[in-house]
Amino acid sequence: MGEGKDLRDSSPTVYQALRQRGVSRRDFMKFCSLMAATLALPASFAPKIAEALEKAKRPSLVWLEFQDCCGNTESFLRASNPTVVDIVLDVLSVDYHETIMAPAGKDAEKSLQDVVKNQKGKYICVVEGAIPTRDGGVYCCVGGRAAIDIAKEVCGNSLATIAMGACAWDGGIPSANPNPTGAVGVKDVISGVPIINLPGCPANVVNLTGTVVHYLTFGSLPLTDNNGAPLFGYGTRIHDACQRRAHYDAGRYVRQWGDEGHRNGWCLYYMGCKGPETYKNCPTALWNDRTSWPVGAGHNCIGCASPKFWDTMTPFYSRLASIPGFGVESTADKVGLGLAIATAAGVTAHAIARAGRKHIRHEDEEKTAKTEDK
Amino acid sequence: MAGAAEVRRRIYVWEFPVRLSHWVNVLAITVLSVTGLYIGTPFLYPVSDTAFTMGWMRFLHLTAGYLFLMMVALRVYWSFAGNKYSNWRVFVPRSKSQVRDLKEVTNYYLFKRSTPPYDEGHTACAAFAYFLLFLIFLFQIFSGFALFNNNSHTAVHFILGGWLARLINIKTIRFWHHMLMYPIWAFVIVHIYLSLLMDSSGKNGLLGSIFGGYKFMAGRG
Repeated sequence: MGEGKDLRDSSPTVYQALRQRGVSRRDFMKFCSLMAATLALPASFAPKIAEALEKAKRPSLVWLEFQDCCGNTESFLRASNPTVVDIVLDVLSVDYHETIMAPAGKDAEKSLQDVVKNQKGKYICVVEGAIPTRDGGVYCCVGGRAAIDIAKEVCGNSLATIAMGACAWDGGIPSANPNPTGAVGVKDVISGVPIINLPGCPANVVNLTGTVVHYLTFGSLPLTDNNGAPLFGYGTRIHDACQRRAHYDAGRYVRQWGDEGHRNGWCLYYMGCKGPETYKNCPTALWNDRTSWPVGAGHNCIGCASPKFWDTMTPFYSRLASIPGFGVESTADKVGLGLAIATAAGVTAHAIARAGRKHIRHEDEEKTAKTEDK
Repeated sequence: MAGAAEVRRRIYVWEFPVRLSHWVNVLAITVLSVTGLYIGTPFLYPVSDTAFTMGWMRFLHLTAGYLFLMMVALRVYWSFAGNKYSNWRVFVPRSKSQVRDLKEVTNYYLFKRSTPPYDEGHTACAAFAYFLLFLIFLFQIFSGFALFNNNSHTAVHFILGGWLARLINIKTIRFWHHMLMYPIWAFVIVHIYLSLLMDSSGKNGLLGSIFGGYKFMAGRG
């Protein structure tokens, strides 16, 4: 893998591009501090990131959309306040993005082909959405080509591929049971190029930018966990950084939407929060211009950054799954208590039956004794 | 009819580690059930500003869990080191006499015979039930530590259960960790009832034996 500065010699550096767009030095330094914080680096790294971005050429980036809802694109475009959107869009030279690019049809496809041909092994590919594999992949075609063919060509020739969002990571919602299209994640069909997974529905753009900035600064991709997700964004548990954690330990829970506890900002564990088993930097990176995040806004975490979350994190509003086949009203606890009660009843019945038989046997013995007496 | 002058032999059946693991597990399972139910569905409403209810519940649950793990490990060790009544061989009915005993004890429970068969240690029926219970215990330990693995990613916790979370998703593990508590309750109910039954019909000091270790056997031998 080459140095960041080798990526595209004809283009201006990241910093030059930003200055051309009218981003002030101050906003640029704020962005570098944000990136240092996101990457869990000490504040002293902000100038180093700035130095690296001043020299680095902007990497070309193509953004592929397959079986998706455009949610990660929405997340991407909500990067933050307008200046930071500029920064993100300028740190990344987005050469192909179906949703936001100006050209359409053949012209659009040509720009993708140009990147793949002219910058082979030098561009970053972001994939959004799952890739269907059933029936030759016919369930998702772009420009007359199956998603799986496009992915193999475009991801396969990239410097690195970033699977953005739950669907691109492990198939996400399209792959939820019964998975009619045989949807899988990028890692299941692409090999030979480094893949960074950014789980989440959607993934937070700060982790995408963080990954790219990490590469531009250090010349390497960030360390990842066993899901292939960068540790800086997915290394901590939501529960451990949660602003409502103290209420969890204290035992103060929201019992019903809109109750006193909910109005007081108590813990959402009782409502089925999946924060205790989900790993992502939502509580610290925040969303929507870094103003809030789901739990902060009073909704429980649904564990969207967890493997196969649509299958494994449902029901979203309950701690315990209900038993299939027992009807909606039967919860696990009712069935369990029923078992215990039935056992107690069985034992009682046995005791009564035994006492009854003893009585009969006793009478029989008395009768026998009387007969013998005679 | 047994006479008044019947001679009974005093047999040391349950050695100390067996009795220790039994009673510590009684305590541990009680604590684990109550605190586990709270962790699953927090049923207490704290009133004080300095409450630490979930914190304490989880502390007790984990401590009792470790204690339970130690006692199950001790009992497994003792099934190799202990006397013939506690040996691992008694727990799965394989030999002819075990199968016959299983049949006879079942017949007694089904009122097909009036007195229980002669057993110094576990009846074959009880031993098999304990074996099934042991399997549930093993699952509860592994699944418990698989759930705890979310809090602590150490190598020890991975060995104790974290590996299970790589094979099965957390939701399924939690569901079965919760559900298998109820068969344990059902076991406890049947266990207490049958202990009372076998003590009164066998007249061999069965209930006392789990405190002192001795049974008082009449007949055979």
